[in-house]
Amino acid sequence: MSNIQPIIQVKNIKKSFKQNDHQDLLVLDDINLDLHEGEITAILGKSGSGKSTLMRIIAGLIKPSAGEIIYRGKLITAPAEGLAMVFQSFALMPWLTVLQNVELGLEALRVPKNERRTRSLKAIDIVGLDGFESAYPKELSGGMRQRVGFARALVVNPDVLLMDEPFSSLDVLTADNLRSDLLDLWQSKKTNIKTILLVTHNIEEAASLADRIVVFDSTPGHINNELAVDIPHPRNDQNPKFRPLIDNVYTFMTTSATDVGAAYRYKTINLGYRLPNVQISEITGLLDKLYEPEYLDKKVDLPILADELHLDIDDLFPITETLEILRFAQVSKGDIELNAAGKAFADADILERKKIFANHLLSYVPLARYIRRVLDERPEHRASEERFLSELEDYLSEDAAKEVQRVVIEWGRYAEIFAYDYNTGQLSLENPK
Amino acid sequence: MALRIKPTYTKNEVTTWSIPNYWDIIAMVLVFAGIILLAWHAKQMIAPYHLGDTIPISLDPIYLPTYALRTTLRLFIALFFSLVFTFIFGAWAAKNKHAERLIIPAVDVLQSVPVLSFLAIAAPFFIFIFSNSIFGPECAAIFGIFTAQVWNMTLSFYQGVKTVPNNLKEAARAFRLSAWQCFWRVEVPFSMPGLLWNIMISTSSSWFFVVACEVISLANQDITLPGVGSYIALAIAQKNSGAIVYAICCMLIVIFLYDQLLFRPLIYWAEKFKEAQDDDAKPPRAWIVNLFQQTKLLRSTSSWFSNIGSLLINLPILTVSAKTSPSATKKTSKFFIGFYYFTITLVTAGALFFVGRFIFTTITFTEAKHIMWLGIFTSIRIISMIFLASLIWVPIGVWIGLRPKITAIIQPIIQFAVAFPINLLFPTVAMLIITFKLNVEVWVAPLMVLGTQWYILFNVIAGASALPKELKLAAANFKVTGFLWWRRFILPGIAPSFITGAISATGGAWNASIAAEAINWGTVKLHATGLGAYIQQQSAHGDFPRIISGTIAMCIIVLLINRLFWRPLYNIAVRKFQSD
Repeated sequence: MSNIQPIIQVKNIKKSFKQNDHQDLLVLDDINLDLHEGEITAILGKSGSGKSTLMRIIAGLIKPSAGEIIYRGKLITAPAEGLAMVFQSFALMPWLTVLQNVELGLEALRVPKNERRTRSLKAIDIVGLDGFESAYPKELSGGMRQRVGFARALVVNPDVLLMDEPFSSLDVLTADNLRSDLLDLWQSKKTNIKTILLVTHNIEEAASLADRIVVFDSTPGHINNELAVDIPHPRNDQNPKFRPLIDNVYTFMTTSATDVGAAYRYKTINLGYRLPNVQISEITGLLDKLYEPEYLDKKVDLPILADELHLDIDDLFPITETLEILRFAQVSKGDIELNAAGKAFADADILERKKIFANHLLSYVPLARYIRRVLDERPEHRASEERFLSELEDYLSEDAAKEVQRVVIEWGRYAEIFAYDYNTGQLSLENPK
Repeated sequence: MALRIKPTYTKNEVTTWSIPNYWDIIAMVLVFAGIILLAWHAKQMIAPYHLGDTIPISLDPIYLPTYALRTTLRLFIALFFSLVFTFIFGAWAAKNKHAERLIIPAVDVLQSVPVLSFLAIAAPFFIFIFSNSIFGPECAAIFGIFTAQVWNMTLSFYQGVKTVPNNLKEAARAFRLSAWQCFWRVEVPFSMPGLLWNIMISTSSSWFFVVACEVISLANQDITLPGVGSYIALAIAQKNSGAIVYAICCMLIVIFLYDQLLFRPLIYWAEKFKEAQDDDAKPPRAWIVNLFQQTKLLRSTSSWFSNIGSLLINLPILTVSAKTSPSATKKTSKFFIGFYYFTITLVTAGALFFVGRFIFTTITFTEAKHIMWLGIFTSIRIISMIFLASLIWVPIGVWIGLRPKITAIIQPIIQFAVAFPINLLFPTVAMLIITFKLNVEVWVAPLMVLGTQWYILFNVIAGASALPKELKLAAANFKVTGFLWWRRFILPGIAPSFITGAISATGGAWNASIAAEAINWGTVKLHATGLGAYIQQQSAHGDFPRIISGTIAMCIIVLLINRLFWRPLYNIAVRKFQSD
């Protein structure tokens, strides 16, 4: 790491969102991070860990609740010249052509028209979109759209490039292709970019691009661990150091900093826990998979499992977390193993499965237990979903509360511990008429 | 395709000059004719005029083209002001929550005020401030047309600006666009499809009111502005059925041209702003678009215009970007906000007192009861007519909508029918009622929905054609037919769009009731019992307290029906029947 002044300093950043009158929801807790010249830094974390919020704070799009961002000695309070951002959703204006989209950032800087045109054409050239200047974004594929996103960022001649999950809306091949092009661009030093910050949930992506990986943990978002990567590019399985690196990161991501070395304990959750957004079919699917002889009675490496299932960790982690919460499997140090209940479930028929599931749901998910208790206690055995929603909002943001409620209703309906009427929003113990 | 114009001084003879082709000549004629007409109309509009003068209207069909032009120009002048109003108030409401609380409910109420009441109330005001010029009555008419167009446009634009996706807003901020640049580069284009659609609906429905607004009643005297509406009014007074036929033919041609020259190019243009490319629903290219794209000279002129546009958007004075912190500066002082709400409360209380006094000094309780009674009469007419129209048009619309080829033929015809000012047909109906000695109370009712029934048909066709093909196949596969097919498949499937259509149709019917419940033929006046006829009579007498009372009554009824019936119904339909 260089010993000169970092380009960006993130100092004691905290962010909380207003929940209701007497409560705030903390999403980022005391983040400290430096971005140095000549370095690609990746922030790696599960969805909802606040990593994108941190990037928006650095970009000056969101105000932190406490702490400050220093860019080349100056405090950042609003989007600043020199920082350019690439968005996950591309965020291109559908009504502007490729050229007009790229010119947009220069228009904001009040660059004269002729210069605007030449600089934009050059940027389009650099990202390899020559010939598509007059196309509208809707005519382009996802990969090409993101190239426009890159051109738009490059054209304003930034020295910091902020990338918010830039490859995650793309298919695997396109993403690979774009990543290597980005790396070429970075190494060729054709641009003025001095440092890149990449936010991602994809471990391999972080491992293949970054010089430094910052692992984020959630509720509230904080830095769990940091590791430097000194494997030469191009990084792939041919390099003996690459696999261990990925394994290492997996372990970091499945183990919170506090319980390293402790004996295995199941995760116990409270009423307001943010239940992972996982469907029943995903739960049963993974249980079935782990019950296959290949994986039975051994610790299965999560990277291998993810590979086998063609899943990103963002898709796999919520499911493994669910199995852990419901106590169908043990998850630790980047491994997963079915327990007795998990095996019993996988072995059972459809009706038996529902019984086992109901049993675990009521025992280990306090929210489900609570809903059932309320319904039991009421003489008419019904209650409005609004009632539970407002209770969840004491713990979670409005959107998260809605999602958790939807999840618990789906699980509860599958387990047949309560019924739900979509039109009236009523939970009850009745069977559908 | 970008045209590259070299920044050097060149003479015509140098080859880069685009030699005008014959398309240029046609397009140029169109453009210059437009400019000349506008100038001529502007000159006519400020001619001297004194209250009591009669403006000569001739029934000679030779004058009809000029009348039609002036009628058309009024519509477009009103459209211009509607757009300005929309951009200012729609954007303001979307961006400031304090303004939003005032503007949106106000627009909601104003939308339920019948257009002809606006005209009756505003006319004396405009005639008073421009007292020695025809400009006063012209302004009044244009204001009336404006009120027929503007409200749904404003709401649509407000809705658009409010729903600009977060990622686009963030990108605009991350690349530091100024508020002015963001408005024209992000918010306006994003709202454009919805706004354009509403502009088209507005202009279509305002043909009715252009015709109706040209005859302004003031102090028992009619001011007739030169136009098709006045022509018709005179033809009615003179019982000249030939002239009425001429006027109808003339309007058919005008609407046809309007449809070809404006409506279709706009639909084509709107495609540009849509996020996704849907190949099946691509509208046919309009010939006028082709014309303008084939002309070299005009194309370069239009690129010149777009350059000016981009220059304006990037004007240094207007692009002062927000340099300070993202949210802190937006906090207006608490004192100001408090003062704002205090003022609103005060003004509202004052207005309530003023209106109350104004009305109740002339209107007794029994008369107020009578007005509400009339309102119920009109409601019954409208509700039964909408019901009848639904019974007729839902099956026909479904039949058409399930057949894409027929839909493609019928839809432009309906667009045409929506635009045709149906009040031109009222005298014909009056003649029929007189000749066959029909009951006025019953037979004026169809007139109210004659023009607005098309909304039902149009929406049902759209709903039916949007039903997924696989659902149709599934229904056929499981032998779902007959009554079951209607009850379980078609009716739920088209419910949201049918209700949208019925809401527009009802709104239009209330507006039309003022013209429809009291129709004339020569000296014979056919007046039905109803709120529409009441407002029209009082407007003719210039009796303000009664115009206002009638209008308030209508507003209340319309708002009540909307809130208690249509809105809940629509919500249920969307929640239950719309698959996301």
